[in-house]
Parts: sequence; structure tokens; C-alpha cells
Amino acid sequence: MISQLTVFLENREGHLASAVRTIASADINMQAMFLADTKDFGILRIFCDTPEKACKILKDEGYQARLVDVVAVKVDNVPGALSKLFDYLDSKDVNVEYAHCFIVGDHAIDILKVNDPALDVKLAAEGFEVCKPEDVYLVD
Amino acid sequence: MFYQPELETMPREELDQLQLDRLQHLVGYVYERIPFYKEAFDKAGVKPEDIKSLSDLVKLPFTTKQDLRDAYPFKMFAVPQSEVARIHCSSGTTGTATVVGYTAKDLEVWGDCFARFLYAADCGPDAIVQVAYGYGLFTGGLGAHQGGERGGLTVLPMSSGNTKRQVRLMHDFKVDVLACTPSYALNIADVAIEEGFDPAKDFHIHAGILGAEPCSEAMRSEIQDKLGIQVFDIYGLSEVMGPGVACECQMQDGLHVCEDHFIIEVVDPQTLEPVPDGQWGEVVFTTLSKECSPLIRYRTRDISRIITGQCECGRTFRRMDRITGRTDDMMILRGVNVFPSQIEEEIVSFPEIVSQYQLILTTRGALDHVELQVETVPDFPFDEVARLQQLKKDLEKALKDNLQIAVDVKIVEPKTIERSEGKAKRIIDLREGLK
Repeated sequence: MISQLTVFLENREGHLASAVRTIASADINMQAMFLADTKDFGILRIFCDTPEKACKILKDEGYQARLVDVVAVKVDNVPGALSKLFDYLDSKDVNVEYAHCFIVGDHAIDILKVNDPALDVKLAAEGFEVCKPEDVYLVD
Repeated sequence: MFYQPELETMPREELDQLQLDRLQHLVGYVYERIPFYKEAFDKAGVKPEDIKSLSDLVKLPFTTKQDLRDAYPFKMFAVPQSEVARIHCSSGTTGTATVVGYTAKDLEVWGDCFARFLYAADCGPDAIVQVAYGYGLFTGGLGAHQGGERGGLTVLPMSSGNTKRQVRLMHDFKVDVLACTPSYALNIADVAIEEGFDPAKDFHIHAGILGAEPCSEAMRSEIQDKLGIQVFDIYGLSEVMGPGVACECQMQDGLHVCEDHFIIEVVDPQTLEPVPDGQWGEVVFTTLSKECSPLIRYRTRDISRIITGQCECGRTFRRMDRITGRTDDMMILRGVNVFPSQIEEEIVSFPEIVSQYQLILTTRGALDHVELQVETVPDFPFDEVARLQQLKKDLEKALKDNLQIAVDVKIVEPKTIERSEGKAKRIIDLREGLK
């Protein structure tokens, strides 16, 4: 499992900018960022260095922020790599709350939010390359 | 046009005598039949036989909304259930609703009161009345319905909603008069215009008997212009009867109180002393002829005043001014009475959200729009959009089911809602009709 920094944001002008600015001004580097948007609010999901520190800074600034454990799987950046992963999850009846991917070098990192705290162990046993936190960001 | 001219234009002296006769009967009736009143009279040291003139009314104790709540469900009924023909309730969660019963005669009187104002709007047996108030426990729908029936009109029982159909039938049936809330009347007008009609020209309708929520003069003018009608402001509350306690005539200069069935007083809300005619205060009603749920000096919390002088229409019933506000914090949302405490009750039943909230009332189109802003507790798993949306949906459903109000729940960031030790501003009312 790795730590994803999640921030609840109301749909307000300049709000996303100021949240990102808060992280930037602490000199924390981001690897990836995803924004889930609805009519009333957005959920910002971030992978960044020193997530504990980033979360604390955001909270101190009044943001609703928390760290969420997600599974990160490193796959080859080739057609079908993601499909193989999901086929496995499907065969095991694992329900995925949400997922996203980003590219690092020659590889893709697939992020999965599931309600199975042992999924990373199971995936590793199946031969998937499960990322450790230090593979993705600077751990604090 | 008069429905009961002998009563509506009764010389003042005769009317006073009628009121006194009925009041004297009433005090004995409630003293014998309703333990609450026996106790209240005894506590105030007043006996039914002490009421020798109308000015003795002030000796009697007041009745409050809380008294009615405490009497839930039937403790205030003065007749056995076999004589109760119908029950209406004000909105409220179980246990806090106020319940009012009607005998067959009570329903006739109610219908007569409403019918008087249909006639005042020049709508008699040849007229079609379209009732677009909600039918049900709310007194609007059935009150207007039986007013139309008692008056011998043709009644079109639409209830509220299905607005395109309201427009279609209003046009095709050549409806004469519309009975609903002002906001809904405006909505109907707007939909008619959207459908390509010019209701002021294309529709036969010439009157609207509108009530159950505040209506500014600007809104009244808009309804009148768009539909090409005259709007009569009707007043009533379920505790006292329902719509028809008082209503405007064609002069549109105050609402004639049906004084053969009700005594109106206006009191200072602090001292509870009656104020002189013309001065603003809290309206208090005593019912003179109700059999099932009679009331002595019921405090309505509505703020109005007695308009002095004789009305040109010929009615001798005194007039009250249009309601300018309320002495308590009750909100009227789309015709439904809601107390902030009821909303709080719903909120605290959700452990996922904190008790601070803010209610923002606006006018959207012609209707009240209610937005409820809430914050989740710090450890709520807001990471999942589906969880947040489910919470929003569940809270909206609870409010709809328990308070009968449609609320748009908005989950906001923590600490964005004002915290206060004293009086937090929980309600922000930006509705247009209330200026």
C-alpha cells in the first residue's frame, strides 16, 4: 500500500489553485494528480513526496485532507498490461472503488482503491509488481 | 357578489351580539369537554359565567402551538371520535405535529367561509375553480375543494404538480378561478407562457385565491399581470381552521375576518396586552363555532393589525392587514411550515455530519429553493465520491420523508459554516417575496 493524499474541495473559483499552491510553497514535489469532479465539489487525489507533511500543511491551512491507502502496481507500458491486472481482479471478485494510472519512465503505475487491505500481498503472490512507497515518492 | 349576505353584511351591533352569544356558549363547552381548558381556566381564576361581554375575552388564558403539541394526538378534541369527520395535521415529525379534527358541521362552516371569498371574487355556481393546492393532511387542497363545493361551483381537483397539465386544463376548461399558493400560481403562469400562451389574453381565468405563504405586492402584481387575474390573498392556519379564516375582497385592502366564526385580537407579543386597532402585533384567534377543535385565544405568531374603518364592499367583517412576518422562527417553505429545530433533529441523526449547518433560501423561478449546507465529521472517508453522494441522498430523503420539504444538500468544506457560541446565523433567507 502507498499513501495517496486526498483533499475535499468545494467548487469555488481559485480553490484548486490555492490548494496546489499550498503544497508548492512547502516545496513538495508531486508525481501525479487526479481530480474527480461533481456538481458541488471535487476530490483531489495526489501522489507527492512526503505525503504526511503535505497532509499536515493542508490541514493546518484549513483544508479537509487525509491520507488514504491505495495499491500501486507497476506494469509495462505496453498494450494489455492494465487489462491483465483487471482481469485478475475480476476473477477474484474484487470490487474497485476507483482507479487511475500514470507513467513513470518506461512503466505505468496503476493505482487501485479497493476494500481489501491484503490485496497487495495477493497481487504480489500472483506475480504482479506491487510498488512500495519509496518506488513512487520520497517517504517521510 | 355575496355568498351569505345576511351574515357578511350583518349590522355591527347584531354581529357583536352573535359573537357574545357564541363566545358564552364556547367557554362553557370547552370548560366541560377539554381538560386542558378546565385546568387553564381554573389556573387563571376564570369561570365560564364570568364572560358577560366581549371585553371579558381578555380574562381568558391564551393557547399556544406548544399546548397543541402537548395535546398530541387527540387530547384537544371536544367530541368523541365517532363525530370526527376528518383530521388534518400541520407538518412536523411524529409527536410534534399539531392535529386538528373537524365534525361534519365544522367542515360545512369551513366550506362556507371559503365559499364567501369565491363569491367575493365574483365566482358563483357558473364558475370553475381549479384547486392546485396539495391535497392531503395540509388544509389547502381540501379546504379550497369544499369551499368550491359548498359554493356550488364546479371543482377541478388538480392538487399541486403536473404543471403543463394545469395549464392545459385551465385553458381548455375555461377555468374562472385558481386556488393555490402564490409561488405556484406564478409557476403556472410561467409554464403557460413557455407553452406559447399569453394567459392574460388567451385564458378565461379572472381570479386567483392564493394563500399559505407570503406574497409581496411585487409578486402579486406579477401574477396578476401574467395571468390577467385579480389576486385575493386568503389567510388561514390549520390550527384555527384552514384557508378561509380571512380573505381579501375586490377592494384588496385588507382581509375580512369571518367574524361570525372567529374573534380576532391583536396583542403585543411581549406584554400580551391587546393593542389598539391600527397597531401591529401578534394575531390571536378564538374560534366561535368549531365543535371538534375549538380554540380560546390561540396565538398565531403571525404579525398583522386591524384595519380601521368600513370597507367599501359592504362587508361588516373587520379586516386584518396582510401578514408582514412571524414572531418566531418558523419558516414557510413552499407552503410547508418548518422549524429550524426540525432540520436539526434530522441532521443530528446522521453521525457522519457535524451539527453546524446553514440553510440558504432563495427564489428559483417562482418557487422557494432550499439549500442545506453541511460538513462531514473529520474522519469521514470523503475519499470516495460515491460515499459523499450517498450521504447527500440519504439526508435529502430524510428531510423529504419527515418534513415534506425538498432540500438540495450541499456538502461543504470543514469550518466554512459559521460557528457561534450565541446565535449562529443558521438561516439565510434571500427569497424575493419577503422584502
